[in-house]
Amino acid sequence: MSTQTTTRPSAGSEADDAAPAVEVADLVKRYGRSTTPAVDGLSFAVRRGEVFGLLGPNGAGKTTTVGVLTTRVTKTAGRATVAGIDVTADPVAARAVLGVVPQRPNLDRSLDARGNLVWHAAYHGVPRSRRRALADELLERMGLSEKATTNPDELSGGQAQRLIIARGLMHAPQVLFLDEPSTGLDPQARLFVHDRVVELAASGVTVVLTTHDMDEAAKLSDRVGIVDHGRLLALDTPSALVAGLPGEATIDLVLTGADAGALQGRIKEVRGVAGVEDRSDESASRLRVRADGEAGAALAPVLGAVADGGGTVTQVELGEPTLEDVFIDLTGRGLR
Amino acid sequence: MTLSAPTTATPNRAGPGQGRAFLGVLGRDIAVTGKEFGTFISQVLMQPFFLLFVFGVVLGQLGYVTPGYAQLLLPGLLALNAFFVAVQATAIPLVIDFSYTKEIEDRLLAPLSTRLVAVEKIVFGASRGLFGSLVMIPVGYLVLGNVDWQLSGLPFSALLLVLGSLAGGAAGLCIGTLVSPRKINVVFALVITPLLFTGSTQFPFLQLENLRWFQVVCALNPITYISEGLRGALTPSVPHLAGWVCLLALVASCALFGAIGIQGFVRRALD
Repeated sequence: MSTQTTTRPSAGSEADDAAPAVEVADLVKRYGRSTTPAVDGLSFAVRRGEVFGLLGPNGAGKTTTVGVLTTRVTKTAGRATVAGIDVTADPVAARAVLGVVPQRPNLDRSLDARGNLVWHAAYHGVPRSRRRALADELLERMGLSEKATTNPDELSGGQAQRLIIARGLMHAPQVLFLDEPSTGLDPQARLFVHDRVVELAASGVTVVLTTHDMDEAAKLSDRVGIVDHGRLLALDTPSALVAGLPGEATIDLVLTGADAGALQGRIKEVRGVAGVEDRSDESASRLRVRADGEAGAALAPVLGAVADGGGTVTQVELGEPTLEDVFIDLTGRGLR
Repeated sequence: MTLSAPTTATPNRAGPGQGRAFLGVLGRDIAVTGKEFGTFISQVLMQPFFLLFVFGVVLGQLGYVTPGYAQLLLPGLLALNAFFVAVQATAIPLVIDFSYTKEIEDRLLAPLSTRLVAVEKIVFGASRGLFGSLVMIPVGYLVLGNVDWQLSGLPFSALLLVLGSLAGGAAGLCIGTLVSPRKINVVFALVITPLLFTGSTQFPFLQLENLRWFQVVCALNPITYISEGLRGALTPSVPHLAGWVCLLALVASCALFGAIGIQGFVRRALD
């Protein structure tokens, strides 16, 4: 299967003459009697034709935010619009312009694969004469032509996910929401889904995806919003987020012989070091050093500082900071 | 191969109109019933067939019941099927959908108000109930050989069956949205079985005067008003409640169960 590589329309070129594809302002959602809100004053806007990634740890409020935007969760306060339509004031109109690929497969198992697409089109008022051709077209794009009469129960995880994406596209939505689109998929299926997302964006569909996968967010998203505890911590292009971190290079050290905490202080004093982070786990003491300029220049003095502190370096790795560093920097290392 | 914007369907800002979405959702349910027609029909017919056969034919031939009893029973079984088939068609899939499979989500995301999705569930359950009730007529002819009905009562009977099926669909919506899957068996045992025997299906309501407490219990069962109304229309020689009482009670049941069921549906559908 060949994949067309089209450059995305530069985000922002259409933003001025139309309402944002998605706009969330001061959104709050509190479930039941819970004292801590799942979404706590979230605000962001997605431009038309953009791939927007909502990145955050489990329980950060990503799925709740998508739930509000897709009319399935009632907000507590704030404002949420899709294609300029207020999802609370007019959920019926909003449902006509949005498509949803949920986190959990929810295919209709009373129908075969094609039936899932054809009936979805019927719910959305696609004329009867066009439904079947459209379904076959999307089955082919998703590599599912041979599975047209298969029951969803007999599809693999990747096939089911592709069918759900096809279903979400049957009514030609302006905005497609993908909630954790590749969780649980094998690498081939992940790549296939990623390619489809890129193509969709190229064709002008706005894509909002939630993920806790850094690589996926960095690879697919034009811009990423990092969310934790229901709040937006940062929002920018993946490269700008990474560039915003102190330091341009990283030095990862595995240590023995001395307390990582004590060495941290010594290394911080070294010239050219922008920051030191304790990444120790049960198996080893680990430090990540962020260096200004090239890592090589700072390496010798850093190793010297470790030796002065009585430590021995058993492993060194040089690299560049990634979105994961931004993520950890913002959300911390604590387990959820 | 490229994935261009799906061009075959034009994006429609205003949406397709809720009427079309409603018909789409209803069409799906009917199509699925059509695919499982054999299972559906055997489910619907088994219990009333045996009730009719044992009480109408077997006990009659053995001399334990009077020959006229079958004529009293048949309208009751029509009533029973109208209500119960509708309850089951609505309640059971909803319990499973909301708790496990979430298959209903695609319909909740159709451009249709959530309340109308609930109404569709009632209408669909009712249409299955109505069908299940109507197929009892030929079965009655086959099993009993001879059915003495006053044909002028058919239009009013049809109205009662429609209302009774709708009340059943609405009651099913209540059960389907209020009961958790772990408790569905208990609910079916504790609610369905009493409903089965207090619906004046197997006896005329007005002749219960010596069993006053039981009569009061039966008065609370909507099936009583379908059975009694049908007897009044089809076999008026059997003592029966007045038609207008039955109509009023069934309309009230539809309104009460409908309101509770739709409320429950919206609560389950939205977080």
